[in-house]
Amino acid sequence: MKRRIVSIICAMACLTSLLTGCGNGSAKSGDTLTIFNYSEYLEPEMLELFTQETGIEVKYEEATTPEELYTKYKSGGISYDLICTSDYMIKRLIDEEEAQPVNFGIMSNSSNIGQKYWTMARSFDPDNTYALPYFWGTVGLLYDKTRVNGTPDSWSVLFNGDYSGDIIMQDSMRDSFMITLKYLGYSINTTDENELREAAELLTAQKPDVQAYLVDEARDEIVAGNAAMAVVYSGEAFLGNLYNPDLAYVIPKEGSEVWMDAWIVTKNCQNPDAAAKFLDFLCRKDVATANFEYIYYSTPNEAVIKSMDNELKNDPAVVPPDSCLENCEVCTQTDEATTELISELWKEIKAQ
Amino acid sequence: MNRNRARLLSIPYVIWVIGFTVIPIIFIIGRAVTDENGSLTAANLLAIFDPIHRKALYLSLALAFISTLICILLAFPVAVILRGSRFRKKSIILFVLILPMWMNFILRILAIQMLISNNGLINHVLEMASLPALRLINTPGAIVLGMVYDYLPYMMLPVLNSVLAIPEDVIEAAKDLGANRKEVLSRIILPLSLSGIGSGITMVFVPSMTEFVIANILGGGKLQLLGNVIEQEFTTSMNWNLGSGLSVTLMVFVLITSIIFGRSNESGTRAAGLPI
Repeated sequence: MKRRIVSIICAMACLTSLLTGCGNGSAKSGDTLTIFNYSEYLEPEMLELFTQETGIEVKYEEATTPEELYTKYKSGGISYDLICTSDYMIKRLIDEEEAQPVNFGIMSNSSNIGQKYWTMARSFDPDNTYALPYFWGTVGLLYDKTRVNGTPDSWSVLFNGDYSGDIIMQDSMRDSFMITLKYLGYSINTTDENELREAAELLTAQKPDVQAYLVDEARDEIVAGNAAMAVVYSGEAFLGNLYNPDLAYVIPKEGSEVWMDAWIVTKNCQNPDAAAKFLDFLCRKDVATANFEYIYYSTPNEAVIKSMDNELKNDPAVVPPDSCLENCEVCTQTDEATTELISELWKEIKAQ
Repeated sequence: MNRNRARLLSIPYVIWVIGFTVIPIIFIIGRAVTDENGSLTAANLLAIFDPIHRKALYLSLALAFISTLICILLAFPVAVILRGSRFRKKSIILFVLILPMWMNFILRILAIQMLISNNGLINHVLEMASLPALRLINTPGAIVLGMVYDYLPYMMLPVLNSVLAIPEDVIEAAKDLGANRKEVLSRIILPLSLSGIGSGITMVFVPSMTEFVIANILGGGKLQLLGNVIEQEFTTSMNWNLGSGLSVTLMVFVLITSIIFGRSNESGTRAAGLPI
């Protein structure tokens, strides 16, 4: 009996030392930066290059969704210096005073970021004091030219039953609601319960026509010819087109969601100078080009855009023309009651 | 002294269980009985009675039940046939059964997706034979197919083990006492293999009931199992308390299954009058 107690105490002791060991290790940072980013969202060689050039060590952590990133950040297990996340989540972090101001003016490469992207970033960072635009894109329709008549330039193709059984929707409550709200002529950031319920009704009515709700596989299904059209992110559309030249991408005329991912420096960052160096490094043309060629989302870096060949420059999935963006909005909806309502409605739709 | 020393060897496992089973379950239960502000509530545990969640639970139970039944119907006859056949090289039989498990299970599900998708292999073959294409994917049947494909080895192994372990003498005795082949099967082999079927049921029913990946890939996100609801609560809705509450409810069902089939194991073996 005594032995058993001893062994349990031993086990607990090992465990606690293990846990506290983790915490201490990352808190002491001399010339190290702890960076938190989405997975596969930065050319790994660039981290090595940064350390080589500056001598600053990088600890790199990854998450898959903005919500996961937020929860991990808030749990405080690791203290992060730099975070890359999406529009509405950045707004939330700024509102919660988790970010510290950065002087982008003194960076030698920050002027590579085009003015229109700084303007776009104002939807979540009103004075451009915290967030550095990293990548951006649109949500639109990827369609198979051989199976769709003309250009499906209205969201109505998803709801009028013409392509019943041939539609793939995003398995994401935010994206599904946003395109439906746009189709109905409402703002994607609406907090009006009636508008949201109207969108939910439309999505419920649409469900029998939907072949599948997918996330990562949506593009592959269109490439394989299993469906005629899918709601996808522009970056996915670009890659889909590489695999199957019959595919095209369109941003419907009612407008859509524009998303933007950006970097912020956390309020707990002990070494703002090192963080600023890293942000400046990301804006440098060679680094931004390497990252662009790794990810193929739209880049806000005009030096990179200028050096693209014409085919890339004219691809609406890579460089969306200004005319397409007129009716588009950035998602900045962070109201908790609204998020809860959307989540509830989405569950109802999926349970039908 | 020796026994005590042997006990020390269990320390790594004890640490493992405490760290990866006990503590997480305590966290889950803690979240399940509190709301986001940390005050006690039963709402998350009662959330299972919400019509949406109830529907997802019924669907999970129904698909798990059907998958388990199909696994038994596939595994038991094969076990009996293998017992009767001269080919008794158990190692080779085991090898064949375990072979599919050499491949990652998500890959196997993706392979099934390729087979049954609208433009997939099966429909290509049908098309070549000028037969109408079938809608196979994104149906409950597709999810059941995926579950059976993934979990059949977990039914096969214990059932085969218990059927092969029945002593030949017992069957000879039954035959001597006038039992025909049907009676041998229903009154000797079946009761004596109940323990294997019981553990097979636990090992197939429990993972099928908590499944959400197969439902996402082969169900096209159109069918919502309780596992999918829990996943949504944890990943996109950020309502960990509700997700935990539903997880605890699911654990209760797992517990019930284990208790029922754990019992039938013992009684099955006992009824046959064999040492346990």
